[in-house]
Amino acid sequence: MALYSEKVMDHFRNPRNVGVIDDADGVGEVGNAKCGDIMKMYLKIDDDVISDVKFETFGCASAVASSSMATELIKGKPVSEAMTLTNKAVAEALDGLPAYKMHCSVLAEEAIKNALDDYYEKHPEKRKDN
Amino acid sequence: MKIYADNAATTKMSRRAIEAMTPYLDNIYGNPSSLYSAGQEAKEALERARASVARCIGADPAEIYFTSGGSEADNQAILSAARIGKRTGKTHIVSDMIEHHAVLHTLERLEDEGFEVTYLPVHENGIVRPEEVEAAIRPDTCLVTIMYANNEIGTIQPIREIGKICRKRGVLFHTDAVQAVGHIPVNVKDDNVDMLSASAHKFHGPKGVGFLYAKRGVRLANLIEGGAQERGKRAGTENVAGIVSMSAALEESYEKTEVTAERLSALRDMLIDGLSKIPHSALNGDRTRRLPSNVNFCFEGIEGESLLLLLDDLGIMASSGSACTSGSLDPSHVLLAIGRVHDVAHGSLRLTIGEETTEEEVVYMIDSVKEVVERLRSFSPVWRDLNAGVKEFIL
Ligand SMILES: Cc1ncc(COP(=O)(O)O)c(C=O)c1O
Ligand SMILES: [Zn+2]
Repeated sequence: MALYSEKVMDHFRNPRNVGVIDDADGVGEVGNAKCGDIMKMYLKIDDDVISDVKFETFGCASAVASSSMATELIKGKPVSEAMTLTNKAVAEALDGLPAYKMHCSVLAEEAIKNALDDYYEKHPEKRKDN
Repeated sequence: MKIYADNAATTKMSRRAIEAMTPYLDNIYGNPSSLYSAGQEAKEALERARASVARCIGADPAEIYFTSGGSEADNQAILSAARIGKRTGKTHIVSDMIEHHAVLHTLERLEDEGFEVTYLPVHENGIVRPEEVEAAIRPDTCLVTIMYANNEIGTIQPIREIGKICRKRGVLFHTDAVQAVGHIPVNVKDDNVDMLSASAHKFHGPKGVGFLYAKRGVRLANLIEGGAQERGKRAGTENVAGIVSMSAALEESYEKTEVTAERLSALRDMLIDGLSKIPHSALNGDRTRRLPSNVNFCFEGIEGESLLLLLDDLGIMASSGSACTSGSLDPSHVLLAIGRVHDVAHGSLRLTIGEETTEEEVVYMIDSVKEVVERLRSFSPVWRDLNAGVKEFIL
């Protein structure tokens, strides 16, 4: 039995949206205090839509694959939708993760939220909910 | 190409070990405790194996106790010494920070029961200093337990010197020699050892069988109660096929220890030289006082599990001390003990070569590791920060 699903291995071997966005509208970086994995997310936002997203990850296959999948799930989506992305949804889209690896997928959710917070800090006028 | 570079985890059984085993799975199935000839035939095989194992480590056959492996031998040795100590009011044990969990967890259990354990540091090179062992021994010390060679970083401890100190101070000395037996010369008399653990699957024998050497006069405590097997110290019908196979594997390894060690050391050094060329990398453990098979590196800016999986795609089977491979979220206690910080320990790789490893494979491993490390660094935020001067390089 393989440790990871085919989908996890595919995203790990060929991660989508890898890299940096130099003129990003929002950047988020989170680290896992427990295992030490670190993830950085870059967002480009046009008209409240995530027009581009890139990531960098220092971590295990679970961390890399969940970052990759998370970028696919939010690319081209309205900011409001990206805001509600959960690690559970990321894990499900990957056909599941081993239970003891779930904490790695939390990073993806947090990195996106961090990047959006950064965006709103830079563009307070865009914040609709307060 | 398929390359097995995880010989510290387990080894492939030798042809001789497999062939030695089959008659005892087949026709010679008698119980060694039975009086009729089929039983006695098994009994004789068992005793021949005992004599052979004893000879390979310089012991007497009566000093060898067969067990289910290295873990059981470690547990029995330590708990026996603790039992002896407790009777005389001695409840202090000296060990070190890089022992295998079979030793560490047994010591933790004893700590819960009121024992006090001194865990000696191993310094940057991963080696215990004999003078620190001497200084740690107290009037109430009942045991010193220091491994012969480390399973992760391969460092070989100054066992003979430590044994001499223990003998002089009248303290029992146990060594977990699971990674040493069959790979480097081990002699319980020359090394002044009172108890020693070994495991067959580390020297091309079967899994689930090992032995404990206990010097004559050292009173073992049972872990398993029952019949009178192993002179009453380890109950249960013996794993005859496994034990016979183990003795064949050990004999074979013993016959060629020096030749194999010399050949592997050269390949090991080639591998170390090649991997050292990767920028911001470092060898873990002493450069020369290490097992002929062991190479262990840290690469800054990357994580070990990712490294292992991409190497697996290239046909290389290896291991890592990364927190993400441990299942416990903590990086290897051995890497932390030699001063690697969490981030750096995260990017560790262990390659343990074996008798079947070729020079061509070593070249391929060097190229593959370089390629994979570069690839992972290309999208590592840590690597970016290091290069941008946001974080300082450690290696
Ligand atoms: C140093 C050391 N001690 C003990 C053990 C445990 O041996 P076994 O797997 O036979 O129980 C191992 C093997 O993993 C080891 O490397
Ligand atoms: Zn992880």
